[in-house]
Amino acid sequence: MTDATQALTGYPGHRVHLDNGGRAPWHPQARLAFERAVDEGWADPRRLHAEGRRAAALLDAARESVAASLRVRRDDVHFSPNHTSSLHRAVAAVRAGRSRVGATVVMSTVERAALLAAAETADSSRVPVDIYGRVNPSAMSEAINAGGVALAALQLANAEVGTRQPVAEVYEAAQRASVPLLVDAGASVGHDPIPEAWDLLAADPGDWGGPPGVGVLAVRPRVRVRPPGPQDPDPWFPGTPSVPAAFAAAVSLEAVLADQADQDIRRRGLIDRLRAAVSTIADVEVVGDPVDRLPHVATFSFLYVDGEALLTALDRSGVAVGSGSACTSSSLEPSHVLAAMGVLTHGNVRVALDRSTTAADVERLIEVLPEAVATVRAELGVSGL
Amino acid sequence: MNPDYRAPGRTEPGSGVPNEEPDTEPVLVDARGLRCPLPVIRLANASRDQQTGTRVVVWSTDPAARVDIPAWARMRGHAVVSTEELPDDGLAITVELGA
Repeated sequence: MTDATQALTGYPGHRVHLDNGGRAPWHPQARLAFERAVDEGWADPRRLHAEGRRAAALLDAARESVAASLRVRRDDVHFSPNHTSSLHRAVAAVRAGRSRVGATVVMSTVERAALLAAAETADSSRVPVDIYGRVNPSAMSEAINAGGVALAALQLANAEVGTRQPVAEVYEAAQRASVPLLVDAGASVGHDPIPEAWDLLAADPGDWGGPPGVGVLAVRPRVRVRPPGPQDPDPWFPGTPSVPAAFAAAVSLEAVLADQADQDIRRRGLIDRLRAAVSTIADVEVVGDPVDRLPHVATFSFLYVDGEALLTALDRSGVAVGSGSACTSSSLEPSHVLAAMGVLTHGNVRVALDRSTTAADVERLIEVLPEAVATVRAELGVSGL
Repeated sequence: MNPDYRAPGRTEPGSGVPNEEPDTEPVLVDARGLRCPLPVIRLANASRDQQTGTRVVVWSTDPAARVDIPAWARMRGHAVVSTEELPDDGLAITVELGA
């Protein structure tokens, strides 16, 4: 690499990208499948000519494949425009279908913002979490049994801090109360085993290395639903999905499920190493459950550190991370997840490892982090506090 | 800001009400208008070299302070004794310093 190129890119060497939650680099299989599907499945799958039928066949194959991966029937799988849309639609359809029972949606305080927003329109009951970000299944069960509950929702694991939720226990309680359970598996599918304990399940291809522009919503046939809105051949997500995106999502899901066990061990080891190294830096709070968690996510907050300044310092060193600090969002509000847990919200760093993340990438973060933290603290005049 | 506002922990002079609060006036940190992590840094500065049992009151308009000040207290072995809304905008959080 020449000096001039270095000046252009602003950093020597390659980038270390550790902000892969919700939008990971494309899995090689996703790219191959996408290109093939662009060649063969570019047409509108609702048209009756040969090109349309080929696109429809690819879409069917994608649905069949995702159904097998999730261990459900083909007809129970719906392709949505994105994960947010899956969650919004799931809440709206169950609420409309069960309006006679009630309108209340019971969920934890650490659900994804899209889910909290979907339930804001009417009664919603929010169940608090402990300092690890885990909901108490008895408290959740009590809320489910309060009466007038249309839907319960619980994430499989928290995307920001990695803590797994007691979905199996909550599902049992929901079943007993005849309340359907929506499981947001957006941060888990592709990384952690997919359970059977759900009535509706949302998965996010962007999170496992599939293409953006498609989401997955699976709905068991026993759930009483009425997706509201104008009539369309697809009542769940009117219009047709992107065939190449759906096909690439399906193929990459098969690929990530095939090496999930190996990737679990490898990435869990890297995260353990990172958590241990970060703990040695002064005044840090490593958050989330240390054991019962996603294999690839780590989150920590540094006392007396401006999150935005820290992200910028790390970015200048060639390392990209995420953050839930208020100082890094335009809203002034800190991450609702960290706030609900009662842990430090400022100076927050979020890491999600991709399959392509190497041990050297993690070591690079460990190498640059102490100095970046010290620099930001020095800029704020913090010493001896 | 209401000029008559009194930081929690103060007692009316000569009111004769039995005083359960510490005898000394609490230390006041006015961090209104400052964004995270500055309110916590100001609080930590004001708490330095104070005796165990001293009460420090922070006024803050930063939404993160509601979470970050109790988190700081937990990490440092101090105790949050009250959180009150300020008359106009923001919070008054009282921390009692631990050992």
